[in-house]
Amino acid sequence: MTAAEILAVAAFAEGRHAQAFPSFGSERTGAPVVSYCRIDDAPIRTREPVMAPDALIVQDVTLVHQVDLFAGLSHDGYVLINTSRRFTELGFEDHFVDFDQERLLTCPATEIALEHVGRPMPNAALLGGFAAFTGQITLDAIQQAIRDRFSGVVGERNAAAAKAAFEFVTNAKEEFLHASTN
Amino acid sequence: MLRQIEGSRAIAETVALCRPEVVCAYPISPQTHIIEAIGAMVKAGTLAPCEFINVESEFAAMSVAIGASAAGARAYTATASQGLLYMIEAVYNAAGLGLPIVMTLANRAIGAPINIWNDHSDAMAVRDAGWIQLFAETNQEAADLHVQAFRLAEELSVPVMVCMDGFILTHAVERVDILDQATVDLLLPPYEPRQVLDPADPVSIGAMVGPEAFEEVRYLAHLRQLDALERIPVIAKQFAEVTGRASGGLVSSYRTEDAQTIIVALGSVLGTIKDAVDMRRDLGERVGVVGITSFRPFPGDAVREALRPATQIVVLEKAFSVGFGGVLSTDVAMSLQGEQHVLRNVVAGLGGRAITRRSLEELIATAVRGELPVLTFLDLDHEAVDRERTRMAGTRRSGPSAENLLRDRGTVGVSTSRSDS
Repeated sequence: MTAAEILAVAAFAEGRHAQAFPSFGSERTGAPVVSYCRIDDAPIRTREPVMAPDALIVQDVTLVHQVDLFAGLSHDGYVLINTSRRFTELGFEDHFVDFDQERLLTCPATEIALEHVGRPMPNAALLGGFAAFTGQITLDAIQQAIRDRFSGVVGERNAAAAKAAFEFVTNAKEEFLHASTN
Repeated sequence: MLRQIEGSRAIAETVALCRPEVVCAYPISPQTHIIEAIGAMVKAGTLAPCEFINVESEFAAMSVAIGASAAGARAYTATASQGLLYMIEAVYNAAGLGLPIVMTLANRAIGAPINIWNDHSDAMAVRDAGWIQLFAETNQEAADLHVQAFRLAEELSVPVMVCMDGFILTHAVERVDILDQATVDLLLPPYEPRQVLDPADPVSIGAMVGPEAFEEVRYLAHLRQLDALERIPVIAKQFAEVTGRASGGLVSSYRTEDAQTIIVALGSVLGTIKDAVDMRRDLGERVGVVGITSFRPFPGDAVREALRPATQIVVLEKAFSVGFGGVLSTDVAMSLQGEQHVLRNVVAGLGGRAITRRSLEELIATAVRGELPVLTFLDLDHEAVDRERTRMAGTRRSGPSAENLLRDRGTVGVSTSRSDS
């Protein structure tokens, strides 16, 4: 939920309308949680869950065996998965045969968080990666929203994690383009 | 100031601007974030003078609010679901005593089966307690309604419950313009109690009243609620004049001018319904929406006037009276006596089931074709219900239906048999 909230705050800072909300299951830290974020240029009235996302961020790749994570995702949707493995190494390439391959990406957000924040909290890194991946939000806005949420050194470290992931994903996109033109 | 914040946070900050002197609450999802934030403000000294009282139960929370209010303090609390039921005796007392307590109800289903998600069963369970019940469509309106609620409660000496959808609003992070202190002070004068416990001028608040006067006391409470029907629009108008924002009032209408079918609802689902109505309007269907902000007192005249353009009324509600049908729809039907509308009732969103635009669009299309039954349960899985009915018919020890339906869904393991579980 923190990630969706930070994304909504960042979008608001850029003058857009945004709505972030959770879908709680069991109320305990570590339980599987889905949260949603809508970003629009017009006011958002709907209260239904996001059932056909334009982009999906997966914080914990092991959930793929418990939940139908990719339900409703359109074939030109963005998928960003937190893992140090490549997308093609995750064992579900068959599901994504018809998808826009340029929009399927992994990012080692937990490792980036461990390096910059010192704790396995991948939210900030995933949002930095999301900014580079989709161009829907700027890294600046993400970093500012992170600093609003976490004060002092924790905010700075998370902002650094976001920047590192932003650069990782920017490079990954270039690599993909390079590979596909060759 | 316009901010992107969680609904609960917006409520906490707005309640703080209302200068409550006593806040007492017991945590229960999805209300918890509201009182946590207020508690933090009291502890930090940013909300002062105010006493935050940690109580041992919801019954104690409302009892402390009653005591504080009777002593002349502006008192606030918040709860949801089972918490509201646990305090219900005191909820009736607050109204019966005419104490202007304001309470946020973060609407949540009532068990069993235990369920933390949103519907309106809790608000409906205390419908007759004598509280004014206002329903918010958005977090902006929820925040604004709290300022209006204190004003209304204290003017009339009636407690006011601001109902906001649990999780859907309380946990949603969206735009809310939080008023400044000067504006709230302008809208909400200091509390001047009509009755107060004062050793220098002793009165008895809560005396026993026998058959000789009980009916008159109750009728006076009814008259105060009827007075609220006059005051709610006036307070909303003053609020709009000062803030430039339309919040509150008795009812709200959307695209009803030439509507043949009007959907009536309470709370946040109105937003999704408006989106669905826009889609159906684009297809040429003449449909509109009426939102009821003041559920108690029920604004029968305003509802009748708002529904006048239509031939068909579809009341969609997140609660129902088991063994009968809709609660809100009964009130709407009463206010339409003598009119010729076709009245349809839809129960939706129980226990947090998502009310989707797609389902609403199908519902509207069915209604426009004149094919909607008198009572519909939106997105009900009739096949799952039939399978459980078959199990029940097949064996006496069919077990708890709630668990059976979860197994049917595959939500819990299907391998364990009853004897080894």
